[in-house]
Amino acid sequence: MSCESCHLLSRPASAEEPGFCARCGEKLEFRRRASIETTWALVIAAAVCYIPANVLPVLDTTTPTGSEPDTIMGGVIFLYTSGSWPLALVVLIASVMIPLGKLASLAYLLITIQTGSVKNSEERTRLYRMVVFIGRWSMLDVFVDTFTVALVQLQPLMSVAPGRGVLFFAAVVVLTMLAAESLDPRLIWDSTTKREPIHG
Amino acid sequence: MVNSAQVGDWALNARMPLDLAACPDCDLLQRIPRLGPGDRAACARCGRGLAKRPSGSKDRSLALTIAALIAFTVANAVPLMVLKVAGRFASTTIVGGAYEMWEQGQRVISVLVGFCAVFAPAGYLSLMLVLLLAARRSPVPDWAGELLRWVSHLQVWSMLEVVMLGILVALIKIAQLATVDPGIGMYAFGATVLLIPAIMVSFDARGLWLRVKWSAAPR
Repeated sequence: MSCESCHLLSRPASAEEPGFCARCGEKLEFRRRASIETTWALVIAAAVCYIPANVLPVLDTTTPTGSEPDTIMGGVIFLYTSGSWPLALVVLIASVMIPLGKLASLAYLLITIQTGSVKNSEERTRLYRMVVFIGRWSMLDVFVDTFTVALVQLQPLMSVAPGRGVLFFAAVVVLTMLAAESLDPRLIWDSTTKREPIHG
Repeated sequence: MVNSAQVGDWALNARMPLDLAACPDCDLLQRIPRLGPGDRAACARCGRGLAKRPSGSKDRSLALTIAALIAFTVANAVPLMVLKVAGRFASTTIVGGAYEMWEQGQRVISVLVGFCAVFAPAGYLSLMLVLLLAARRSPVPDWAGELLRWVSHLQVWSMLEVVMLGILVALIKIAQLATVDPGIGMYAFGATVLLIPAIMVSFDARGLWLRVKWSAAPR
């Protein structure tokens, strides 16, 4: 087995207690600790946050005529109707489709691991890598909001304030990123090699 | 206290060939062949990159890192752009953006933006600098191995390209009612965004791992 930190290959001291890496002293683990449980917990927490993230407004625009809250979808529609449909598409993909895609992909990976599926292992590994890679891009809307708020503080002409939804949205992004980090992709291959992955 | 029975036999492990590796994604044991300049070794089963030998010189990563640190410092020190609306001016830096969120009551978001847009990239670049300087010594000291671990963790949370796109989208939204003048900060920021992937491509982490001299006594 290889050390998670320094990648030295060692013979484990025993199956239950692999011991410590002879080179760097880090505790050896066959698989990331409680990988499946932790990942499920994070995925479910993220799914729960997904609803307020989209229902609650993320931006509040105040002009002399009044205050207008905007949800994520509202922002997408506004960009579309005001002519910048490429931007609308970017925000739609980054803020709506990617988080949904991540949640669905992680759930799919977890389920196929737990049912011991041996099919499509290579594609599933690629899916995992994609989830890890693409995760950060759903932070886009958080930054768009931050800089819109930072720049449009031109009272009383126009000012923008963050809405309650942005916190939940950030939670979805962070939780899914952590979930992708906690899932051990080697679990996908364990059913192929007919080895019982060791939890905890 | 570590029981000696718990530690894998150091002598036995030392004889295990160093070119043998377990794929981090699918756990397949395989031998990594000697690589020529510019070569890349990928897992035979799942395709994950296992090792690479960058074609540039070893000093390239160091030069890129120093350049990126300078660019990033400039990007944070000076305003990114200047906005003009109805005779009024507005400008901000990245930190200013995070600060405004704090002022608006969104403390968590403020800290998150500060972390992903400033702290993680700055940490990544600074630690890389120290690491690359340490790597010029032979053998490489063991704290450099620890540093390499931290660097990979920070890399996950350093997302400057996303910040850049976020700023651009925000600017385009605002540009409809204001004129926007990009400042030096914006160009410096763009330079950093381009330099960081170049650093990652030119850096051979596995080569460094192999050269780290860990203290022989297990902790």
